[in-house]
Amino acid sequence: MSIWRVEATIMPKDGVNDPQGEAIRNGLISLEFADVRDVRAGKIIAVKLEADTEREAIERGTRMCDQLLANPVIETYKLSATPINTTPKDELV
Amino acid sequence: MIVPPRVAVIGFPGSNGDHDAVHSLNHDVGVEAILVDYRDRTLDGFDAVVLPGGFSYGDALRCGAIARFAPVMEPLKAFADMGGPVLGICNGFQVLTEAHLLPGALLRNKTLRFHCFQTQLRVEPSISPWLSRCNAGERLTLPVAHGDGAYFVDEGTLATLERQGQIALRYVGAEHQGARSEENPNGSVAAIAGITNAQGNVFGLMPHPERATNPLIGGVDGLRILSSLRDISVTKGIAS
Repeated sequence: MSIWRVEATIMPKDGVNDPQGEAIRNGLISLEFADVRDVRAGKIIAVKLEADTEREAIERGTRMCDQLLANPVIETYKLSATPINTTPKDELV
Repeated sequence: MIVPPRVAVIGFPGSNGDHDAVHSLNHDVGVEAILVDYRDRTLDGFDAVVLPGGFSYGDALRCGAIARFAPVMEPLKAFADMGGPVLGICNGFQVLTEAHLLPGALLRNKTLRFHCFQTQLRVEPSISPWLSRCNAGERLTLPVAHGDGAYFVDEGTLATLERQGQIALRYVGAEHQGARSEENPNGSVAAIAGITNAQGNVFGLMPHPERATNPLIGGVDGLRILSSLRDISVTKGIAS
């Protein structure tokens, strides 16, 4: 059993209005990035959990996203899992 | 003696329209409204349930996403499944979508601003008992107070909602500080302001009918919706 950092990257689905992304795009255009075509704003949720394998960590992250972290009506998600080397000191972080 | 229907108004941590709803229902609508704690595990003895406006759980993760886990949501689902009348106002609407009692989701207003003004709404043809006192095509003026009120569904679901008469209210205009704004102020799909489930007993809307039930607070059109509660006493909580 080891500790994994599972990251869910959650984004608004294609076709779903993203006024936040649009506002960020307007800000970028006001700077020196007039060529910016599109900005989409999402979020990353990082979960530390115990799992035997990367596959198990991702599988649990998938269940978390399906049930709570993402709303399938408006959002998609991608998952990654990174092992965390645990020393007693790290576990406090 | 006629006993008025008993209406549960659920108070979540972060609700702020709960006392408005209780006051409006008791004093203006003429039913017996009682504030019910989100930790309660029963809704026995109630004929209807109102989920009020506010910012339950500080809108953490997504508006309404966390309220779904409150203990009271279990009896609420059972009540809705049995055909009991359930009304979600503003944050209550968001909670009902997150709890899968209504289709779709509420997104950030397209303006990115918090909207706090009067809106004009058109009542759509609906089978819902909540709109039994309204006529299709009727115009209502109700206030909104939300940052995340843009209703979203995919095209397929939208077609189903249209076909089954689940679209209850659409925006047709808004008035802010004397100026008229465009017809669909927050960018909702098909200008939708309120929808029902397929059976019609669960109704969610972003505008606040409970804040328009007395001339003293600027309007009475909320009574066109909420006074339907007075018809429930005959059916005792089972929508016909």
